[in-house]
Amino acid sequence: MNTATHTLDHHGDHAHHPTGILRWLTTTNHKDIGTMYMTFALLMFFVGGAMILGVRAELFQPGLQLMKPEFFNQLIGVHALVMIFAALMPAATGFANWMIPLMIGAPDMALPRLNNWGFWLLPPAALLLTMPFVLALFGIGDGAVATGWTLYAPLSVQGGIGVDFAIFSIHILGISSIMGSINIIATILNMRAPGMTLMKMPLFCWGWLVTAVLLIITLPVLAGGVTMLLTDRHFQTHFFDAAGGGDPILFQHLFWFFGHPEVYILLLPVWGLMPHVLSTFTRKPVYGHTAQVWSFIAIGVLGLIVWAHHFLTAGLPVPALLYFMYSTMSISLPLAVLFFCWIATMWRGSMSFETPMLFALGFIVLFGIAGLTGLVLADVAADAQYHHSYFVVAHFHYALFAGGIMGVMTGVYFWLPKWTGHMYSEKLGKLHFWLTVISFNLTFMPQFFLGLAGMPRRIPDYALQFAEFNAISTVGAFALGLSQLLFAWNVWRCVKGGEKASAEVWEGTDGLEWQLSSPPPYHSWETQPVVK
Amino acid sequence: MTTLNPQPHQPALPFRHRLSLLAGPVLALASGAAFADYTWNFPTPVTPIGRDTLSMHNQFMVIITVLFVVVFAIMIYSMIKHRKSTGARPAKFSGPTGAVQWFWTLVPFAMLLFIDFVLMGIPAFHAVVDMEDTRTKADMVLKVTGLQWKWKYEYPDSGVQFVSTLTTPREQIEGKEAKGEHYLLEVDNEVVLPVGKKVRILLTSTDVIHTWWVPQFGVKRDAIPGFLRETWVRIEEPGVYRGQCAELCGKDHGFMPVVVRAVPEPEYAAWVDKKKAEMSAAAAGGDKTWTMAELLAKGKESYEKNCAACHQPNGQGLPPAFPALAGSKIVTGPLLSPDGKLIPDSHVDRVMNGKTGTAMQAFKATLSDVDIAAIVTYERNSFGNTKGDMIQPAQIKALR
Repeated sequence: MNTATHTLDHHGDHAHHPTGILRWLTTTNHKDIGTMYMTFALLMFFVGGAMILGVRAELFQPGLQLMKPEFFNQLIGVHALVMIFAALMPAATGFANWMIPLMIGAPDMALPRLNNWGFWLLPPAALLLTMPFVLALFGIGDGAVATGWTLYAPLSVQGGIGVDFAIFSIHILGISSIMGSINIIATILNMRAPGMTLMKMPLFCWGWLVTAVLLIITLPVLAGGVTMLLTDRHFQTHFFDAAGGGDPILFQHLFWFFGHPEVYILLLPVWGLMPHVLSTFTRKPVYGHTAQVWSFIAIGVLGLIVWAHHFLTAGLPVPALLYFMYSTMSISLPLAVLFFCWIATMWRGSMSFETPMLFALGFIVLFGIAGLTGLVLADVAADAQYHHSYFVVAHFHYALFAGGIMGVMTGVYFWLPKWTGHMYSEKLGKLHFWLTVISFNLTFMPQFFLGLAGMPRRIPDYALQFAEFNAISTVGAFALGLSQLLFAWNVWRCVKGGEKASAEVWEGTDGLEWQLSSPPPYHSWETQPVVK
Repeated sequence: MTTLNPQPHQPALPFRHRLSLLAGPVLALASGAAFADYTWNFPTPVTPIGRDTLSMHNQFMVIITVLFVVVFAIMIYSMIKHRKSTGARPAKFSGPTGAVQWFWTLVPFAMLLFIDFVLMGIPAFHAVVDMEDTRTKADMVLKVTGLQWKWKYEYPDSGVQFVSTLTTPREQIEGKEAKGEHYLLEVDNEVVLPVGKKVRILLTSTDVIHTWWVPQFGVKRDAIPGFLRETWVRIEEPGVYRGQCAELCGKDHGFMPVVVRAVPEPEYAAWVDKKKAEMSAAAAGGDKTWTMAELLAKGKESYEKNCAACHQPNGQGLPPAFPALAGSKIVTGPLLSPDGKLIPDSHVDRVMNGKTGTAMQAFKATLSDVDIAAIVTYERNSFGNTKGDMIQPAQIKALR
């Protein structure tokens, strides 16, 4: 080790921070905060997963066996809120914290204290969301929010204290996300290494830049919507009550103005990291960098103007139906650009199939199913049949589990050696991949057919003709849930030790993040690199 | 499939039989003729919209299956050919170069544009316009009102109206009895509609949003409190068609089925006459003076049908959302003011007008004078409540 790097390493390790729990409470370091986000996300992934396994167990057979419908309704809604706000979004933010400074050659995030605050708002918000379950055990209130995650008025006006807890939780989660977004935008716009123009910036950073802008545009609308709900509940306003001049459908407009971009908020970071993984394991440059950037932007813009396709059965006028149908269909074009670029990146490469690559390929195929079924869902007349049915449930789990969660797992396997300095177990990783893909399809493929056969979503009990597919789906769900324990075990082992990882980690890597040691020094780029 | 049994939900196939079908789902998706089985596709449609929707769905499924296969065949070819283990050397290109490459890059997008806005877009356009054309040449109107957790149906032409609730016994749901053939899809009062007539359906709700859905009709429309929404059906084959509420509407969302019986015109007319006669008989019951025993017997029956889902058969409720009636201050409070008027927030007021912001609905909209009088009397003299007083249907009628 030469003197120069020694000094650098020494300085890097010699961080002036407290130890123990105080280190984590007070840290402003992007890597520490990234680690906390990822850990929190993993924990909540299991919490949300446990909830839905309760639901799937109840749905194993017709009849009510395990729980009352009231409790069933609480589980489905809180499962969604936990998975979206407390698992997928924090995981993506964890990636951003860890990787954006490394990728753009910055020493840390632009606003480190805001960063710390952004994370530490999450645990109380998750606690608020789930606390009504515990309170109900002590006879306080009637449990958590039971309206589904969509909180549709007037059902949510009628609901118990769980709704209030959910509203405040959403407020806090929203503040946290907005702070994270401001930080990411500030970092990306101000702290790129000399020579890294926006168009040269890595695609992961681009995915996140668009995500952050979408969050800042849409979250205040959600916050406003749920605040109106709160005043309808407690202060005699009538925003969503026709008797007082309001309109229940107004809530759906406000909710989905946030809710549809939210889908892309969850997916853009994943779309951003895919080209990195594909290029690495094909040992070939990313295909269509510029085209992908413009696709991200196009999807972001289109995502803001298609929201009403989430309630096409609510009785919108014909011109509105046609507008939302065609605008939704048009999203298939930029999305097709991404698929084209992913496959073109693979074309004539030199591929190897390590775990991240397997997850990336699994992601592309299964997310393809989500995209294609999304295209038919846009069709208003056919949507009348699909809507509110298990077809939609299957569709969005192909988007959010196969697209979101498997995308996140691609990133975790890809970057874990960089973060920890150790290789994970390739054998366990591959086993995890195959178990996940098989059990995922076993869980959700039957749900497409359930939906076509006419099974509505969010019902705790069902008619007999739906029995077989539900049984298969439940078996799949438990296999899927249990397979994820392998993932946690593999990550844990990798954090604790294992074969040392080189700075490049993989053979075909390209980018600033692979020039730093694995793990990187405590302060990333103390001297800015120059990009040519 | 033209000879299909009009019964919409055939008994479930044996499990083994279905497993054998698992072998060919892709085949089933790819060939229109194989779409008949309930398990893999929409139940057989019986309305023009339903048929349109099914054929459009089938066509779209073929399109997206072809897209899926083509795209991923290319990908899988690449995964096999361009692997490091077979000695493939990576190319260096990162975008299209030259006119030929640009051409082949743009072709897929031109094709996608065509698929989106011509192949799918044009039939979709016509289907939407047809689906929303509720008023042209409508033969009759059916008004559907969603309530937690039942449906009320009104026929404005004849004045017939009734409430339709689930009849599946609690014991079947809890697994104490074998489940019947139409488990969770059976009701006390079926909606009867004439075959071949265009029925304009108006929808609304008295509490939260519900969604009226019969899969074989191909229509699904939200029932929104305070607003009217509309859709239409023209049922082409006689039969019984079953569906469910499709929008989460609270505790018993899974237990408010829709059952429609489509019959030939003369049979429909006879049914209307029969219903009218039943309604006038019920109205006559409202004018006579009932004894305590009669009210209690009728009250127990009506209570168990309309109130027990929330307040429970033993009157203990499910607090805090659904309060107990046993020992309740409201139930054991005064009945009417000395001059026979309604006391605000009293027992009778609650039952008739509900409580806003809660699941307690205004039952005067759905229950007859007899039902309300009987339920009130029953509640005041059951579950350990011993008020000893009663109210007559005629008194309820005067309060409306």
